[in-house]
Amino acid sequence: MNHQSLCKDGRVSCVSIRRIVLVLMVCLSAGAIQAQTDIDAIMMSKRNFCTGIMYGNSSWTNYWEGTLKRNNENLGSVSTQSVSIMGNYGVNRRLNLLFGIPYIQTKASAGQLKGHNGIQDLSLWVKWMPIEKEWGKHIFSVYVLGGASAPLTNYVADYLPLSLGLRSKTLSLRGMVDYQYGSWFTTFSGTYIHRSNITIDRMAYYTTEMHYTNEVYMPDALQVNWRGGFRDKGWIVEAVADQWTTLGGFDITRNNMPFPSNRMNATRLGINLKYEDVFLDGLSLTGNAFTTVAGRNMGQANAFAAGVFYIIDFPAKKKKTKEVSTEKQ
Amino acid sequence: MKKISIIISSCMVLLITACNKQLEDNSKEFPALNPARTDVNAGTWKPILLNTANEIAVPAPMATGTPDFIAQLSEIKSWQKNATAEDKASLKYWSAGAVLRWNEIMRELVAKYNLPPYQNPDGTYPIPSANNPLAYPLFPFANPPYAARAYAYVSAAQYDALVAAYFYKQQYNRAAPYQLDNGIQAMLPQQTTPAYPSEDAAVYGVTVEMMKLLFPGEQAFIQQKAEEHRRARLLSGANTRNDLEAGEALGKAVAQRFVARARTDRAGAAVGIVNGVELWREFETAAINQGETPWISRELPLRPPMLPYFGRVRPFLFDSLTLVTKLRPVPPPSTKSEQFRKETEEVLFYSQNPTRERMRIVHFWADGVGTYTPPGHWNAIAAEEMVKLNLSEVRWARNMALLNMALMDAAIVCWDAKYTYYNPRPSQVNTNIKTLTGIPNFPAYTSGHSTFSGAAATILGYLIPTKANQFNEMAKEASLSRLYGSIHYRSDCEVGLTSGNQVGSYAILRAQADGAGN
Repeated sequence: MNHQSLCKDGRVSCVSIRRIVLVLMVCLSAGAIQAQTDIDAIMMSKRNFCTGIMYGNSSWTNYWEGTLKRNNENLGSVSTQSVSIMGNYGVNRRLNLLFGIPYIQTKASAGQLKGHNGIQDLSLWVKWMPIEKEWGKHIFSVYVLGGASAPLTNYVADYLPLSLGLRSKTLSLRGMVDYQYGSWFTTFSGTYIHRSNITIDRMAYYTTEMHYTNEVYMPDALQVNWRGGFRDKGWIVEAVADQWTTLGGFDITRNNMPFPSNRMNATRLGINLKYEDVFLDGLSLTGNAFTTVAGRNMGQANAFAAGVFYIIDFPAKKKKTKEVSTEKQ
Repeated sequence: MKKISIIISSCMVLLITACNKQLEDNSKEFPALNPARTDVNAGTWKPILLNTANEIAVPAPMATGTPDFIAQLSEIKSWQKNATAEDKASLKYWSAGAVLRWNEIMRELVAKYNLPPYQNPDGTYPIPSANNPLAYPLFPFANPPYAARAYAYVSAAQYDALVAAYFYKQQYNRAAPYQLDNGIQAMLPQQTTPAYPSEDAAVYGVTVEMMKLLFPGEQAFIQQKAEEHRRARLLSGANTRNDLEAGEALGKAVAQRFVARARTDRAGAAVGIVNGVELWREFETAAINQGETPWISRELPLRPPMLPYFGRVRPFLFDSLTLVTKLRPVPPPSTKSEQFRKETEEVLFYSQNPTRERMRIVHFWADGVGTYTPPGHWNAIAAEEMVKLNLSEVRWARNMALLNMALMDAAIVCWDAKYTYYNPRPSQVNTNIKTLTGIPNFPAYTSGHSTFSGAAATILGYLIPTKANQFNEMAKEASLSRLYGSIHYRSDCEVGLTSGNQVGSYAILRAQADGAGN
C-alpha cells in the first residue's frame, strides 16, 4: 500500500471537515459566511461515513473599520465559540457528500451589548473527483465541488459584530487541484460563492445611500485557498493560506456600526493537524490554528479548533486498500 | 458519471436563477403627485414665522407674448425634444412631490451624519464645528435632537414658503406652459393650480438655504439635487424658468427668517462645554445633592452626555415657561425606592430572556447610530401614509411641518426631563444587565423614543384619523422596544409616551387654527 492510497483512504478524509473554523474567523460577525466543508484533496471510501464534533474558538480585539485598523473599548475582545457536528459520506471514492451544522455563541468582553447564541447555517457539499492521474510517486487530481448553505434558525443578522451569521443562503462552486509527490502535497482551490439577499428587521437603512426596503443586497464572494504539507500514515500536517474577498459592498464609515453588506475581506494563515487511529481504529483527532494577517471590515481574528471524528463503515467495517485499488481502475 | 453531471448542471441552474438580486425600493415606486384637493386658497393659511403670506414681495410674472417669454417656452420644448431616459427617470422621481423628496434627502443626510465622534488620543472627545464641517469630526453629529430640530426647521420653512407661493399663485393666476402653448407637452398629471411662482422651486429654494446651515459640508450634493429638481420641472412642461426663478427667490427669502430664528434658538449652547469647561456637571451635582445616583456614561472613554442643554432650545409650539410649568414630567422613581428596584429587576428579566419577537421590535425601532433617528423613522412612516392620500404640495408641507415641530418640541421636553432628573441607565445600577441594542449616551428618564413616538402618533392620528389607532399601537411598540432592549425602565417609556402625547396635542391646537381645515 503506497502513501497515496492510504491518504485517499476514507479514514483520512475526516480531517478535511474542519472548515467550520474558518467560518468563525471570517467576518466581524461571529458566524459569517457559511459552514464550509471540504477544501482538501481527500476522499472518503465507498459507503464509509465519517462523523464527529468540533469545538472552535475565535477572537479579536482589533478590527478593520474599512481599511483603518482600530480597537474598541466598548467591545473589548469579541469572541465566538462554536460546537459543530459534521459528516462526510462516501457514495464512492470519487463522490462524497458532506454536511455541517454549527451552534454558535458570541460575546463581547467589554461594553453593554449582549452576545447571541444559537444554531447557525446548515451547509452541504457534493465533492467529486473527475480526474486522478498517477505515475511513479506522483499523483495529480482534480476536484469539483458544489455547496449550498442556509440558516436553520431565525437568528438576527443585523447585529454585527455579535450576530451569529449573515443569513444569506449561498451556492458555491469550487474547483480544486492537488499534486502529491510521495508524502508531500500541495492543493489549490478557488471558490465562487453566490449569496442571496437577506431581510432585516427594519423598514429602511443606509449604506452609502438610503434604501426604503427591508431587503439587503448581499454581494457575492470569492475564496482562494492554498495548502501544502505532509500526508503519511496516521498524520497530516499542513500549512494553509486563505483569501476571502467580497465582490462588492461598502466600507464601515468612521466610528459607525458594521453592516451585513460591508465589503468583508480577510487574508488568513494557519496550520492544520490530524492524527488518526490514536486510541482506536477509525478514531481521529484534529486541530488547527489560524491568524488573520490582513483584512477589511473584519475582525483581526485568531482562531483555533479541535475535533474528534469516527468512521462508520457500511456495511462492513473498514474496507481499505483492496477496495480502493479495485475502484481506482 | 451521468448522475453527477445532472447534479452539477442543476446546481448551475440554481445559481443562475438565484442571481436576481435587484432590490425593490418603496420610495422609488411613489406615483406622481396628483392632488385630490388642490388647496388653491392655501395663501390664506396661517404661516409659522411669516406674519402674513405676502410679507415677502414677489414681482409680477413676465408678460406672455414677449420675446423673452417665448424664448422660455422654446427652452421647454428643447428640453422635451432632447429628453434622455435619465431625464425622464429624474422627472418621475421628482414628480412624487417636492416636499416628499427633500424630506427623503434630509433623512439620508441625517443617517450619513448620525455618527458619534471618535475619541482623541487623551480620551476626550472632539466637538464637531459648523465652521469646519469637512474636518473630522464631521459637522454635524446628526443625533436625535439635532435631527429633530433640522427636520422641523426645514419642514416649517417649506410650509411658510409654500403658503407665500400659493398666495401669489392666486394673485397672478398664471397658467402652466402646457396650457399656454400646444407645442408643450404636459409630462405630469395636469393641475389647475397656477404655475407662478413654482411651488417646487419655492421648496428647493428654501431647502437649499436651510441646508447650508444644517448640513454645511453637503452643499455640493444639495446644489446638485436642486439642479436635478429644476431640470425636471423644466422638462415637465408645468413651469417656465420664470416660474422657477420667482419660486426659488421667494423660498430663499423665507429661509432667512428661519435661519435667523435658528441662530438664536439656543441650540448653539446645547453641547454644554465652553472652552473645555463642562457646564453640564451642574446636572450631575444637582442629582447628587438630591441624594440620587447620578447618570454616568456607559461608554469608554466616558463620553460627555449628548446635548445636555437641548432642553432649553426654543420650542415651536409653546413657550419655554409652558414647558417647565405644564409639560415637564413628574420626577422618576427615586433610585433608592422599592419601585426603582423592581423596575430594574424587570429590565434584567428582559435582558436575560429575549424572544425573537421582542428582538424584532427592538431592532425595528432602534434607529441608532448611522440611521435617520426616531424622528426620521416617523417621517418615513408619515410619508408612506401621505403618498396614499394624493395631497397637494402645500398640504404635504403643512402636515410635515406639524409633525416635525411636534418631534422637535418632543425632543426639547424630553431632554429637559433627562437633565433635570439625570437618572442612571439600568445597566449602570445593575451590571448584569446587558443590552439588546446600542445604549444612547444620556440619562434614562424619560425615553426619547417614547416621547418622539407619542408626539408623532398624536399629530399623525389627527391628520390621518383613519390611521390613528395604528399610529398609537406603533408608538406603544416603539416605546416598549426600549424596555425590551434593556436600556430603559418601564417608567421612562410610559411617562415618555404620555409626555409625547401632550406635546402632540399642542401640534393639534396649531393644526386646528391654521386655516387649512382637515
